Amino acid sequence: MPVVMDADRIGRTLTRIAHEILERNKGVDELALVGVRTRGVPIARRIARSLKEITGHDIPTGALDITLYRDDLMRQQVGPQPLVRRTEIPFSIDNRKILLVDDVLYTGRTTRAALDALIDFGRPKNIQLIVLVDRGHRELPIKADYVGKNLPTSPEESVQVRLQESDGSDEVVLQGGAA
Amino acid sequence: MSVEQMESTTALTALRHKHLLSTADLSPEEITLVLDTAEAMKEVGARSIKKVPALRGKTVVNLFFEPSTRTRTSFEIAEKRLSADTLNIAIATSSVVKGETLADTALTLEAMAPDMIVIRHSSSGAPYLLSRICRSAIINAGDGTHEHPTQALLDAFTIRERKKRLSGLKVAIIGDLLHSRVLRSNVHLLTTMGAEVWVCGPPTLVPTDVQRLGVRVTHSIEEAVRDADVVMLLRIQLERMEGAFFPSLREYFAVFGMTEARLHLAKPDVMIMHPGPMNRGVEIASEVADGPYSVILDQVANGVAVRMAVLYLLAGGAADEDAA
Repeated sequence: MPVVMDADRIGRTLTRIAHEILERNKGVDELALVGVRTRGVPIARRIARSLKEITGHDIPTGALDITLYRDDLMRQQVGPQPLVRRTEIPFSIDNRKILLVDDVLYTGRTTRAALDALIDFGRPKNIQLIVLVDRGHRELPIKADYVGKNLPTSPEESVQVRLQESDGSDEVVLQGGAA
Repeated sequence: MSVEQMESTTALTALRHKHLLSTADLSPEEITLVLDTAEAMKEVGARSIKKVPALRGKTVVNLFFEPSTRTRTSFEIAEKRLSADTLNIAIATSSVVKGETLADTALTLEAMAPDMIVIRHSSSGAPYLLSRICRSAIINAGDGTHEHPTQALLDAFTIRERKKRLSGLKVAIIGDLLHSRVLRSNVHLLTTMGAEVWVCGPPTLVPTDVQRLGVRVTHSIEEAVRDADVVMLLRIQLERMEGAFFPSLREYFAVFGMTEARLHLAKPDVMIMHPGPMNRGVEIASEVADGPYSVILDQVANGVAVRMAVLYLLAGGAADEDAA
């Protein structure tokens, strides 16, 4: 069960991403963070904290649940429904630059659902995608703008992101597969 | 996180039964699942675009054999917000020969293969009959004097939203207990969740076996209301009454009406509820219905969120497919 990122590495990575955000957007004007539930939310909050430390500005931060937008929701005839959690975006996304945050980018289907959900909330100026880990194997034409770590994986493996807020510790672990 | 990797951390993610016929079938965990899901659904209703694609391609039939404004429109809004295709069938009670006609109607509908049927019927048990004939998931939207499960769920949602809990609360249910499907659904649900339920009404309007449901019975509204966290008024259902159950509406109001004077007996943060439609000046005084303790309009608003939750959860089918 190899640990591919430890707590220090995750911390440094998120600080680096915060600097990249400022560089690309030339400051924090019109920026807002939206984390995809579950683990995108604490990552978004940490990036907001970094941005505040660097610039002194508070960045509006929200949480997005994409369950009702999943493309596999009604595929099976019978089966338990995935749990729906509350979406909390307490600001208008109109004309803002939205930084969409997720823990792992894999097939891209979650991101597709998140984009559809966001568009129902308004018309942002643009949407930029931040992921802690990009593990490849895309099934849709989606690309992240900020990547914490590119992690080559086989489809048999699974990437587990654990965070203090939800799991009690910070680490990224690669599980299963032949390697 | 990819869709494939997504796992829920809660114990229960599905209802055990395919249909929603009675709140007596629901465990505390299932009730909590519905209420938690309804919280997420309520947020959808606060958006500028109040629509999500969750039930795209699903067909829901609203089969109403009894007049209904709020329940039918509430279900219809819930279905539309989830992107289901909806079909409204309203049938006047008078034209229905009970039993046979309902079965025939059900078979006709079955041929159109809807995914869910929401039924309101004046005969207790009609949704059960439908659940045996149809492959669709059946949602009971009120059957005779038997049950009205989604009303009880939205009441519980409204209480939990304010009080943050259901267990340990004193809930007084006052009014026409005999003809009330809302009473039965609420009593099952609230006692399952650990609330202390008191029921109150004139002896002629209290069902004889009501204690068996696990409630305390009183004929004194003062005793029922004293230190109550929640006071729920039930409509005097004149249309279901054949015969004299009490001398006059004025006398009913004098003895059992919820007035401001009686309100002061309850806890300072009491919630006043009514499933509607209200008879002002009969079971409830206007000042109480429109007063600061009233959550009657919240109940209506929460109804949509709770019905969205039920539709969403039943659309996936049952966790354990039940034979019934």
